[in-house]
Amino acid sequence: MTRNHWRRAVSHVIIVLCGLSVVIALIPLALVLFYVVAQGITSLNLSFFTEMPKPVGEVGGGMANAIVGSIIVTLLGAMFAIPIGIMSGVYAAEYTGTRMASAVRFAADTLNGVPSIVIGVFIYSIAVLPVRRFSALAGGLALGVMMIPLIMRTTEELLLLVPATLREGALALGATRARAVFTVVVPAALPGILTGILLALARIAGETAPLLFTALNNRFFSTDVRQPISTLTVQVFIYATAPYRDWHRQAWAGALVLVTMVLICSLLARVATARMEKLHRG
Amino acid sequence: MFSRSPNVRTDEVLFRAVTGAFAILLIGIVAAIGLALISESRLSIAQFGWSFWQTDVWDPVAGEFGARPFIWGTLYSSVLALLISTPIALGIAIFISELAPASLKRPLVFLTELLAAIPSIVYGLWGIFVLVPAVRQLQIATPDWLRGVPLFSGPPLGVGMLSAALILAIMVIPFSSSVAREVLKAVPQSQREGAYALGATRWEAIRMALFYARTGIVGAIMLGFGRALGETMAVTMVIGNNPQISASLYAPQYTMAAVLANEFAEATNDLYLHALVEIGMVLFIMTLIINVISRMFIWSMGRQTRPRRALAHAPARSAA
Repeated sequence: MTRNHWRRAVSHVIIVLCGLSVVIALIPLALVLFYVVAQGITSLNLSFFTEMPKPVGEVGGGMANAIVGSIIVTLLGAMFAIPIGIMSGVYAAEYTGTRMASAVRFAADTLNGVPSIVIGVFIYSIAVLPVRRFSALAGGLALGVMMIPLIMRTTEELLLLVPATLREGALALGATRARAVFTVVVPAALPGILTGILLALARIAGETAPLLFTALNNRFFSTDVRQPISTLTVQVFIYATAPYRDWHRQAWAGALVLVTMVLICSLLARVATARMEKLHRG
Repeated sequence: MFSRSPNVRTDEVLFRAVTGAFAILLIGIVAAIGLALISESRLSIAQFGWSFWQTDVWDPVAGEFGARPFIWGTLYSSVLALLISTPIALGIAIFISELAPASLKRPLVFLTELLAAIPSIVYGLWGIFVLVPAVRQLQIATPDWLRGVPLFSGPPLGVGMLSAALILAIMVIPFSSSVAREVLKAVPQSQREGAYALGATRWEAIRMALFYARTGIVGAIMLGFGRALGETMAVTMVIGNNPQISASLYAPQYTMAAVLANEFAEATNDLYLHALVEIGMVLFIMTLIINVISRMFIWSMGRQTRPRRALAHAPARSAA
């Protein structure tokens, strides 16, 4: 009897500890969000989005160039990654079970695990060093390399979820494999793939490390992809580690913009996923 | 509905060739990373050989390049982070997959995924202005008898190993816990039912499930370790960036990823650049090995372990 009491007590204690660990993990999340919102909201104003950085010592100014730069670099990355990610995902899903498909999957998982700073070093050596110039294009390439495995895996897994009857129907109507895949199977999975791309974009837009020595930074407004470009994340890094109070203020504002973007994308993706799941069930 | 293409066979071959070309490109990128890193570190490899990893002095101005402090800092901070994060991550995985009511599961999964989605730079900013001052207070409050212990020696700077380990732990938790959760989900329900039928308490049944899933759990923890090794921005901002080997949690130290982030764009000569790329190459190899082993562990749990919800895979990348 006492032994059973003991066993039950141990069970209760451990259940409480598990619940406690959830709380422990949510504390830093709440703290980070609280500080970013509290510090960011007092620093965020219209001029943050419309003005250029002021020289050291002058108060005010904004990150207009960095915001535009982040958008450019992220879109460059997406343009590079989406075709490669989707097509290799189609291959892995269509030829699932073959040795080559396993190799692609393995390569994607490997790429997904490569530290982002190492991807920066890689792009530096192939896109910066040969032309001896940092550029927005190099930054876009670095972000693109990071996006590829995310898009490839999402595409593959969503294609495998498409009911086989759809494809069989297309084939029975006389479609070739390419026709069946691109006019029936891929469109059926498209909402999910787009959601995956949205999540990947949000993730990649928050990257700093791969941009430090590819896109570098630019004090001026630039849309030239062959020139160094300023990005929001690198700007936050520079401002946060500098000894000026007004720059710290702007770093918090930049962080708030980043977190808001990530939150909106995650929520959108969540809504889309929930809707799709309902659709599949219903 | 579909006009029959003139030659079904050609169409099939073409389809396979085009999608296959992109697949090969993806594999090629991974191979190119390895090759580029080796090629761009050749000067350093030729000049220093193994002594590069056995020397403690890092003085680029004097042309002295010893990378041992960086390896130490990377391994030490990652191991510490894992010691902190593993019990919490497992607790979360158990709570979500075994204990939480269905209505609580989704919000909790969303919140832990949010923890993974916050960009590294934001953690770093928060680290500098919130965590580091808090750690400094803790260090000041350290009683004198404890300061004698090598683990807690040194001036109260705030920045240093403890801050880095804490922030890394926060960032690693969502990765380990989400993989561990998927692994636990793959444990057949009959395992738990069997345990209950034999009179097991709730924890004893969970322990059965954990034992059943042990290889996958080890894989999940190792995956987190791989993340911690390569994490860059947040660590760079709080670890103090001082290349020294110290066991003290209070000492400012340096990691491989951090030295790349700080010094790469300013490498003034070829040897300096190649020395930095060599650090990147070893970091690449380390994470590669850890990742391959952890995926083997997770896969050996059986194919059913693969996440069923496709989108569960998308957020599996840290914003570093």
